[in-house]
Amino acid sequence: MTPLRPTVGQPLERPDPFILREMNSKYSALSLLKGAFSGQRQWTPAWRDATPKSSYDVLIVGGGGHGLATAYYLAKNHGITNVAVLERGWIGGGNTGRNTTVVRSNYLYPQSAQLYDFSLKLYEGLSQALNFNIMLSQRGMVTLAHSRHDLEVMSRWANAMRMTGVDADLLRREQLGTMVPALDMSSHARYPVLGGFVQARGGTARHDAVAWGYSRAASMLGVDIVQNCEVQAFVAKNGKVAGVDTNLGRIHSKQIGIAVAGHSSVLAKLAGFRLPVTSYALQAMVSEPVKPVLDTVVLSPATGAYVSQSDKGEIVIGAGLDPFASYAQRGSFSVMQSTIAGTLELFPSFGRVPILRQWAGTVDIVHDSSPIIGPTPVGGLYINCGWGTGGFKAIPVGGWTFAHVLATGRNHELAVPFQLDRFVTGQLIDEAAGSGISH
Amino acid sequence: MMQLACPWCGMRDEPEFVCGGTTHIVRPPPDASDQQWGDYLFFRDNPKGVLYERWRHTYGCGQWFNTSRNTVTHEVLCVYGICEPAP
Repeated sequence: MTPLRPTVGQPLERPDPFILREMNSKYSALSLLKGAFSGQRQWTPAWRDATPKSSYDVLIVGGGGHGLATAYYLAKNHGITNVAVLERGWIGGGNTGRNTTVVRSNYLYPQSAQLYDFSLKLYEGLSQALNFNIMLSQRGMVTLAHSRHDLEVMSRWANAMRMTGVDADLLRREQLGTMVPALDMSSHARYPVLGGFVQARGGTARHDAVAWGYSRAASMLGVDIVQNCEVQAFVAKNGKVAGVDTNLGRIHSKQIGIAVAGHSSVLAKLAGFRLPVTSYALQAMVSEPVKPVLDTVVLSPATGAYVSQSDKGEIVIGAGLDPFASYAQRGSFSVMQSTIAGTLELFPSFGRVPILRQWAGTVDIVHDSSPIIGPTPVGGLYINCGWGTGGFKAIPVGGWTFAHVLATGRNHELAVPFQLDRFVTGQLIDEAAGSGISH
Repeated sequence: MMQLACPWCGMRDEPEFVCGGTTHIVRPPPDASDQQWGDYLFFRDNPKGVLYERWRHTYGCGQWFNTSRNTVTHEVLCVYGICEPAP
């Protein structure tokens, strides 16, 4: 593989006055104050909705968080700005806009802990790096134990995290009663809370802001973000990828990255290979907004409850996967029912709160619940997939490591264990068993 | 709620069943290479559209059967015996 020549310092092919205007509009308290004197009419679109050129140094298929972050880090870290992100719908309209906005790095195995903690560290500085408020709220991620066995598993889990340098603190029952007063701590609770642990650095971030922050920052560096552009075929030359055919015509590129989550198998089929991926529907729901009642994220693996409260006041509930393959972007009723039942056993007071909206995303599940970030069997074609039910928290590291392999042809050290060939060598990183999340 | 027609019990709600995933996967011979074995264990077509899959009526008669189902609309196109070839 030939590494791409960096294009840093070279003028953009199309000097676009829009970019220059954008570059001058750094978001700040001062710009807000200035705008107050002119009716806030100075604001321009946050990013440039581009029409594609005929060729690029790198093409990214998929304008979700991972694709947009990849484009940004290609430009920022590697100086490769002749890049387009091709999105079939609108940016951030897939799983990026459909998750429960939780960020955390509470994984069991060292490879995963390092990967996800790098992501959380990037999230911690992301608002400043992107000059876009992603509303990161490190309100803590609490995991509950309901049995003696849960307690043992969680002390092993929390200790494993601490050994890899990730923060984790075991909690006693009394501490949980104080931290999360809405929990049913009564003597007749169906699922008694015996203890648990907290990752204090875990929390939530505004998902739309992550997509738009990366878009704006990438757009400012010259990246083309192309919406309503569906990849219909790959163009190959001598066994290597040479471009894509889209509804907007042919676009040439010798370096292409796929970051399309639940549709990874569809794109892989177009390119002529298969993936160890099955697509499932993962649903979530929110209640109508209520006053502050829950100021941490709470996960109870045993009951399937995964709950937080948004800044708007909605109770945000994440459900489990539908137990059959689906591309439908809607969750089944039975899973919704069992999720709500589990949640209400833990939080009986939520029983009077009406559910306002329910939706689902199509997630890419692999057998060990760990991602794939690297080359494919087709030369010049790379893939970032397999994040399953946990893609949002991994957006920064997914983009960072995927940009690295696209720019240099070599895997980033964090991504080395997360290659497609582990499904042949057997070196799985089995977080399906390890991290206790149902993905 | 999605419903499936168990060949023995008739139409029942989806939660009575357990989905066994892609059907008609042939186990490779004992001397298979790592590549063939990995392919058998992990790699799937995962189609957006018609999928041939197996189900078990776990909370009913306990019998396995095959279906073809659309993974976008969830429409069950046909139900056939566990030993029958795909129609």
